[in-house]
Amino acid sequence: MAEIRNANELNKKYLREGMWPTIFCNGCGHGVVLEYTFWALEELGWDMDKVAFASGIGCSSRLPGYINADGLHTTHGRAIAFATGIKAANPDLNIIVFTGDGDCAGIGGNHFIHAARRNIDMTVIMINNFIYGMTGGQLAPTAPLNSFATTAPYGNIEHPFDICNLAKSLGANYVARWTVSHPYKPIKSVKDALQKKGFSLVEFMAPCPTAYGRRNKLGDIKKHWDWYDNNTILMEDYNRIMEYGSEKEKNEIIHKFPIGVFQDIEKPGFFEQYEKLVERLIPREEKKSEKAKVVVKK
Amino acid sequence: MVVFKRDPNIIKKVLGNKVQFLLGDMACVYGGIIAGCSFFGGYPITPASEVAEGMARMLPRVGGTYIQMEDEIGSIAAVIGAAWGGSKSMTATSGPGFSLMMENYGYAVMTETPCVIVNVQRTGPSTGQPTLGAQGDMMQVRWGTHGDLEAIALAPSTVQECLDFTIEAFNLSEKYRTPVCVMTDGEVGHLRERIILPEESELNLIERVQASIDKDKFIPFSNSQTRESKVPDFPTFGTGYRTYVTGLTHNEKGFPATDKQKDHEKLLKRITSKITDDKDKLVMVEKTKLEDAKIAFVTYGASARPTETAIEFARKKGIKVGMLRLKLVWPFPEKEIEMLSKQVDKIIVPEMNLGQVVHPVKEAACGNCEVISAPKIGGEMHLPEEILKYLGDF
Repeated sequence: MAEIRNANELNKKYLREGMWPTIFCNGCGHGVVLEYTFWALEELGWDMDKVAFASGIGCSSRLPGYINADGLHTTHGRAIAFATGIKAANPDLNIIVFTGDGDCAGIGGNHFIHAARRNIDMTVIMINNFIYGMTGGQLAPTAPLNSFATTAPYGNIEHPFDICNLAKSLGANYVARWTVSHPYKPIKSVKDALQKKGFSLVEFMAPCPTAYGRRNKLGDIKKHWDWYDNNTILMEDYNRIMEYGSEKEKNEIIHKFPIGVFQDIEKPGFFEQYEKLVERLIPREEKKSEKAKVVVKK
Repeated sequence: MVVFKRDPNIIKKVLGNKVQFLLGDMACVYGGIIAGCSFFGGYPITPASEVAEGMARMLPRVGGTYIQMEDEIGSIAAVIGAAWGGSKSMTATSGPGFSLMMENYGYAVMTETPCVIVNVQRTGPSTGQPTLGAQGDMMQVRWGTHGDLEAIALAPSTVQECLDFTIEAFNLSEKYRTPVCVMTDGEVGHLRERIILPEESELNLIERVQASIDKDKFIPFSNSQTRESKVPDFPTFGTGYRTYVTGLTHNEKGFPATDKQKDHEKLLKRITSKITDDKDKLVMVEKTKLEDAKIAFVTYGASARPTETAIEFARKKGIKVGMLRLKLVWPFPEKEIEMLSKQVDKIIVPEMNLGQVVHPVKEAACGNCEVISAPKIGGEMHLPEEILKYLGDF
């Protein structure tokens, strides 16, 4: 296989022909996340016949359509539950779920919680743009306090959801958050997440200039990227300041989003546990006999 | 990694004796296991929980996967996902859970996903009478999800039929690539009866037609490219066909075509007519003492049991009455009802609801004879005498 040297070659290999143009607006961050995912897959060298994508409803959930691989574009919020079934039926498949803040943290919150708790073997890539973009800019569960949306015309009075802290508390094997304005570390994060057994989550903060930006004085894409720079802090710095910093230093970062790796542990995934259960139940002699067709392969 | 393959020897070993005294819900489990079900996603709900419990006990022993999902929405979602991953898959629920499943039931119809839903019916609206049987969802299964669709639904009256119809449901779902519902109820589900397990040689299991032609030439959502059928061959995930599956209106390639009137019409006409074209083949009715009948009962499921007793009483008194029992309620056997309506003076429809299937009966009878609803609600079956009173002075 020829080595991929640039984005054009990468796209040629991984994008599905016939689905263009995309639905995405100018300045949208979703394409960047897709590109990062392609680079991670390319570095891993995985057979794309053995990668299946699932998604729910929303802009981010349209991504599997543009990928030359099996993709299940499902109902709003349910992608993770669908993906659980795909993985159960064929554990050889690597499952990637693309989802958004509304799809994952809003309507699909319960499926997310339980897949993380069960440690179902899949990688969830949640693209967080603080808004319901596809439906025209309604309030999302991750929207910052005082931000504006069509359904929060006087400013958001609700406290936002931190999906990474949630996943961490549920014991997900790998949890990381990045913004699309960071180029290299997110690719490594996606790669690490994909290789991880059990449940992994990578959250990407990505701009939606059309639905979120315009209402929050971030319509200009440069402003949006600057906002990420000013409102995020590397996890290591965040932890250091919170532990050793002065009150003043702490106050300066308290509102910022920590980015980086939240959790990286090794807990047996659901299907590893299930395999052990089946091995316990199906007598060994039956596995060995020629007639038995339940194949247990490592 | 555990890769499932149906093994009759292991199934036989796990299910046990050929003749058993079994619970209706468990018979659905047996039917699923015999049909080759390898994935069950479930959520506890009375009176269907025994199906999930049975699957949790039996599926791992045959190499299949049982997962208790977080809710019924997740259950049906996982079941559909498992089908795309290559499994025969099923779930079981009752009224409220069935209501929750409605959106993804429509998704399975739209994406032509074979799967089986056992609905051990109770009543409603809302939580209703959880522990008692009823036939509350006979219309929900037909019209409960939004949009146009053709439903396939079976209604067992006995524990043996719970087993047989679950196998049949898998066969129909594979044949037509659509979700198929087994509409049992709390009465039959919680009934214990003698059942006989079918021999392997008696089974005619229908298997999914896998996509087999050249990957470049394969069209995932059109008429089959390998046989005369409106049902496309199935490109199981992981087999290299790289199919995009969406609940949006899609063209033959599977790509979204949401703003195209013609694509929508073409798609919907194909996925409904693949079932309606075979309507005559899909008739499953049982006729009891109808040859000389002047009055006929049309019923299904648990309601058929007291109706049968009522007919015996009435016949002893010389009343010429018979029964047409619908084993498969949807697609509705209109021709059978029409023929019956021309033969008899009166059709009576006993149901454990305030009158659901009576409506298509009226439609099919088209004024040829009188059609009367004989409802019984409240979580009890009809007593034979309650049915007899519809025969006039008795």
